[in-house]
Amino acid sequence: MTGLVALLSFLAVFALVLILGNLVAKGASSLDLNFFIKNPVPAGQTGGGVANAIVGTAIIVGLAGLIGLPVGIGTGLYLAEYGSGQLGWIVRFVADVLNGTPSIVVGIFAWRWMVKPMGHFTALAGAVALAVLMVPMLARTTEEMVRLVPHSLREAALALGYPRWRTSLRIIARTALAGIVTGCLVGIARIAGETAPLLFTALGNLNFSTNLLQPMQSLSLQVFTYATGPFEEWHRLAWAAAIVLMGLVLLLATAARWAVRQRYGSSR
Amino acid sequence: MAPPADGPARLEAANVTALFGRRAIVKDVSIMFPSNTVTAIIGPSGCGKSTFLRCLNRMHELSVGGWVTGKVLLDSHDIYDATVDPIQLRRRIGMVFQRPTPFPTMSIFDNVAAGLRVNGKRSRADQTEAVEQALRHSALWDEVKDRLHSSAIALSGGQQQRLCIARAIAPEPEVILLDEPTASLDPGGTQHIEELCHKLKSRFTIVIVTHNLQQAARISDYTAFFYVGDLIEVGRTDQLFTKPAKEQTEAYITGRFG
Repeated sequence: MTGLVALLSFLAVFALVLILGNLVAKGASSLDLNFFIKNPVPAGQTGGGVANAIVGTAIIVGLAGLIGLPVGIGTGLYLAEYGSGQLGWIVRFVADVLNGTPSIVVGIFAWRWMVKPMGHFTALAGAVALAVLMVPMLARTTEEMVRLVPHSLREAALALGYPRWRTSLRIIARTALAGIVTGCLVGIARIAGETAPLLFTALGNLNFSTNLLQPMQSLSLQVFTYATGPFEEWHRLAWAAAIVLMGLVLLLATAARWAVRQRYGSSR
Repeated sequence: MAPPADGPARLEAANVTALFGRRAIVKDVSIMFPSNTVTAIIGPSGCGKSTFLRCLNRMHELSVGGWVTGKVLLDSHDIYDATVDPIQLRRRIGMVFQRPTPFPTMSIFDNVAAGLRVNGKRSRADQTEAVEQALRHSALWDEVKDRLHSSAIALSGGQQQRLCIARAIAPEPEVILLDEPTASLDPGGTQHIEELCHKLKSRFTIVIVTHNLQQAARISDYTAFFYVGDLIEVGRTDQLFTKPAKEQTEAYITGRFG
């Protein structure tokens, strides 16, 4: 039995190492300063970078976080603190269904309600699609984290004459903060790598653009376009962009772990 | 139930019944708590003594299905009157629980100041003064004065419980309710808390729930014996322990059950 689970976990780690190794082997040589600060050059020429995609990812994911984090955290707080009734049950059910919804479906939704009425693809629509993906995930992790706070703390605050809303925010949410922050970082890491919802919302852009109401490039879209393109040069850049994307996700995951340690390592 | 004779009642329960749904946990209890005295509530587990205590600061109604009938008079005013805001009321009646409940994200100072801040705008200087006073009164000052701004959960269990007492007395309530405050402490921590009860009664009216008979005998002026939701007997502690009026009380304090 021990041998079997050891073998299975080895397989899991092996796959991960294979992916990472492959990425580094094929893409690392293309990572130079130009890659980070130059924009793509016309097809057929060599050189160029993905500065537009890096900035685009930062803008789209940042905006998605700006929209999604307050809504997701607020929903989670509501579910944990007031969600014992029928409305809470409905919200929880919808969040669970939305959590399991394929991201491309969310993309279609954003296309139908944002891209079509506006008449063209926009970074804003992409950010909204990503935010919609993030909200149910955040809501459920926030709820779990808040529920972990001992009931005795709530009673202590109420017995001290804290109003209920103040107990929720000042005592309960603050105690659960490290867990909530971790959930946020994991959520952002998750949407940073999403491609499908951006395909027909942000669309992609070969030029540098910071205009929210115009198409915008992202790292994931860049990887998709370049990897499926016909040019060797593009394939090279796709591998490198994939490394950058992977590194970004790794960075967020590490930050999340660090946040957890701050909470659970230092106390008790 | 004959109330203790001496001193005006600071807090008084009149025909209090506490229920969960349709099940009565505390039945028709009437008792007086004179100013500046310690009253111990004793009885076997599940006798409703903690539930009764939670009726005295309207915490019972926060439990799912919890509700109360009867009156609780604080300075002759019914705290269950429709005009009373339970949040304001709880600022006049402090409570300390069985397990220490310091707020883990707050420093020692902020823990003690928590009740002051929620009580309204008080200047930093006032807070500093009140926090020091509360910590001195709870006999914790000397141990924490050099680390007021470090985390409260680094303290030992006994220190945490004294911190919770400091937090409860900092806003200067009139009554302090203690719900088995030494249940999770070692003998040293227990002794600290018991000495505190003695000291604090000059400033507050104290009601303490305990399952420890020796503790009740040591620290209280009056003792009330609860059994399956009924108040069996209440009287001066020395009398109740030496000459109990009721058969059940005698059986309990001599260790024949419970």
